[in-house]
Amino acid sequence: MKPRQQRMLAVGLAVLGIAIAAGLTLRAFEDNMMFFVEISDVVAGKHPSERNFRIGGLVVGGSVHREEGSLDMSFEVTDTACTVPVIYSGVLPDLFREGQGVVAHGRMGDNGVFVADKILAKHDENYMAPEVAESLSKHQQDIQAAVARGTEGCNPDDS
Amino acid sequence: MIPEIGQFAMILALALAAIQTAVPIVGAHRDDAAMMGVARSAATGQFVFVAIAFGCLTYAFLTDDFSVLYVANHSQLSLPTLYKVSAVWGAHEGSLLMWVLILAGWTLAVARFSSGVPDAFAARVIGVLGFLSIGFLAFMILTSNPFERLVPAAADGADLNPLLQDPGLAIHPPLLYIGYVGFSVAFAFAIAAMLSGDLDRTWAKWTRPWTTLAWLFLTLGIALGSWWAYYELGWGGWWFWDAVENASFMPWLIGTALMHSLAVTEKRGLFKSWTLLLAITAFSLSLLGTFLVRSGILVSVHAFATDPERGYFILAFLGIVVVGALLLYAWRAPSLDSDVGFALLSRETFLLLNNVLLVIATAIVLYGTLSPLIYQMMDWGKISIGEPWFNFAFLIPTVPLVILLGMGMHAAWRTQNTGTWLDVLKLPAIIGVVLGIVVPLFVYGRMSVMLAVGCIAAFWIVVSSLVPIIRSLRREKGAAGITRSALGMSVAHVGMGLFVLGVTVVSAFGVESDRALSPGASTEVAGFEFEMRGLNNVTGPNFTAIEAEVEIRKDGEYVGTVRPQKRQYLVQKSPMTEAGIRAGLDKDLFVALGDQLGNNAWSVRIQYKPLIRFIWLGCLIMALGGLIAISDRRYRVNVRETAKRKDPKAQEAAA
Repeated sequence: MKPRQQRMLAVGLAVLGIAIAAGLTLRAFEDNMMFFVEISDVVAGKHPSERNFRIGGLVVGGSVHREEGSLDMSFEVTDTACTVPVIYSGVLPDLFREGQGVVAHGRMGDNGVFVADKILAKHDENYMAPEVAESLSKHQQDIQAAVARGTEGCNPDDS
Repeated sequence: MIPEIGQFAMILALALAAIQTAVPIVGAHRDDAAMMGVARSAATGQFVFVAIAFGCLTYAFLTDDFSVLYVANHSQLSLPTLYKVSAVWGAHEGSLLMWVLILAGWTLAVARFSSGVPDAFAARVIGVLGFLSIGFLAFMILTSNPFERLVPAAADGADLNPLLQDPGLAIHPPLLYIGYVGFSVAFAFAIAAMLSGDLDRTWAKWTRPWTTLAWLFLTLGIALGSWWAYYELGWGGWWFWDAVENASFMPWLIGTALMHSLAVTEKRGLFKSWTLLLAITAFSLSLLGTFLVRSGILVSVHAFATDPERGYFILAFLGIVVVGALLLYAWRAPSLDSDVGFALLSRETFLLLNNVLLVIATAIVLYGTLSPLIYQMMDWGKISIGEPWFNFAFLIPTVPLVILLGMGMHAAWRTQNTGTWLDVLKLPAIIGVVLGIVVPLFVYGRMSVMLAVGCIAAFWIVVSSLVPIIRSLRREKGAAGITRSALGMSVAHVGMGLFVLGVTVVSAFGVESDRALSPGASTEVAGFEFEMRGLNNVTGPNFTAIEAEVEIRKDGEYVGTVRPQKRQYLVQKSPMTEAGIRAGLDKDLFVALGDQLGNNAWSVRIQYKPLIRFIWLGCLIMALGGLIAISDRRYRVNVRETAKRKDPKAQEAAA
């Protein structure tokens, strides 16, 4: 073999070795891939139980409550068909508002309450996370009405 | 009238770009000096017309011409003048115009400063740059015209997104684009070399300063973006592995690999085809970044209203550029390589490892960025890849990278004697290990494996990089000093070391806590006492704000006062958080107002960020190193010498 070919072989083997090692490590680290679960699926219990996931939808009007002077708060998120209560403690993003789109990271706690450790709201008036927009349009309920009344007509098993 | 002039100038620029592409390339092929001569004048003309278009759009912003749709959507009467100017590139259409202006600027610079390069070669380079210009100008004229009229004209504009109303953001996009687009020069040099089939070491010598220049702007642009995100967007984080951040980071990683690979090609005539491939990849990743940002295909904090239709055009253009370049590569590359050898212990080996590790790092970032898309296409579910994944995965190639860096610098070309090499490395290694253990343990009072690895690597790089500088300072009279090129390398690597130190310390010892505070109350975070002294109403030009006065004390002693604001912008009716930061080289203390909790209390996010300034300081020093390297004598001497020999060489190259 010419020196150049030997070199290429050595480099190729090194890359392959590192790639395999990296692949195995990353595989073990897959917990950090967070799945997006639609609200209706959450209500139907079709969500990961032992790890974090994301939910997204609209904040139900009048559902935001916080204890006076405390960081603890709760609100409800709807995909226009079903609704999930969320609790959170901490600072909220600037554009978090009733009737607006929101994405929450966290996991399901006891009694069907989603415990969020991170809340994301959009950064621009005209922008909504594509996955949220898709989830909302899929359920095709009247958005205004859904925001106003909260849950009703939720048949999670149909979806 | 002015906007129409702008639009007309854009169309003329497109026509000139077409001439700039076709005539010189055909001329170079036919060895026709007159046709090749068109390159420089067409490039100048194209720049002038793009600059006129850009000037017209700026004028429309400054004069509040709300009959222009783009101005009406992104400006407003009471917007401060600085932001009226920066609003020009604050959204899609204008930022594309800036992209084209910068591309035309680079082309002009190449036309002006390439007198040492053979005419045929320069003609091809300018022609390729003209082709890229055609793509973007056509894109603008067909899908994203910034001069589109609004009938009837609006009385007042919709205002610039409040997030973008910040001095940092006024200059972040131009710097980033200069870097991004700058890789088009290396790309054009690579294509020109493959078109002519003439790729010798001089090719690498010509390409190197341009690549380093683009790289240093990209470094500054990314650092500035990170700094802006830190105080404006991210509630104190400095890097989010967001899709758009990654889009600028991938060209940086490959650009860094390219700089190092070019060194080998220039000095030793090795890695030729690999260098070409990197040059193609760096610019392709820049285009991919533009596609990701502009198509809105990925979920991102940067996804200000986007339009998927436009994505297809960029995707098609990306396809043409990448496939074309790779076909040319497949045709030409096999004939390029030489069989010069090098020993296992030599600078070549270390630079090869540098390249392999940087490419792996890029692949990891690319995988993490695109996998949500892949999962969705395969119907495996909608995932998002969190910061922890990136933080962890990215360390796999970069830990060996930074450790090898300190060793490779001291290895000689071709072959290195092991004994002398170890002698040089001994002292930096000892200092690195001692400082790397002592600093976290005694200054910050804690230790862990990753912490030790990060700190040792950081001090090891810094000390190891200082060795050539110290040696040069202590040399005997009359002995040759360090070259600018080597000095630049040392300085840039010191910057890298400081960056690693900043990242390690702030990740390990940074504290972040959400608290409830009301006037008169105080809370303790990381040993500092934060007392809210009062709340005031403040009025800005286009916003009103509530400003908190927070006094910071340590052990009863006054440290400083910060004034975080919660702003309400009047036109867009959107709230914005302006953090209060007590900045220092050793640490930042960061207070941001959240929302009203009732009872006069506010939620606040308080952060203690030790050494965070080292992150951006390190980037600045890296860029400075690049600047020093470009100023090396041999690039200037080279230009003069080749200029003398120009005529015979030009004929030879064209033949």
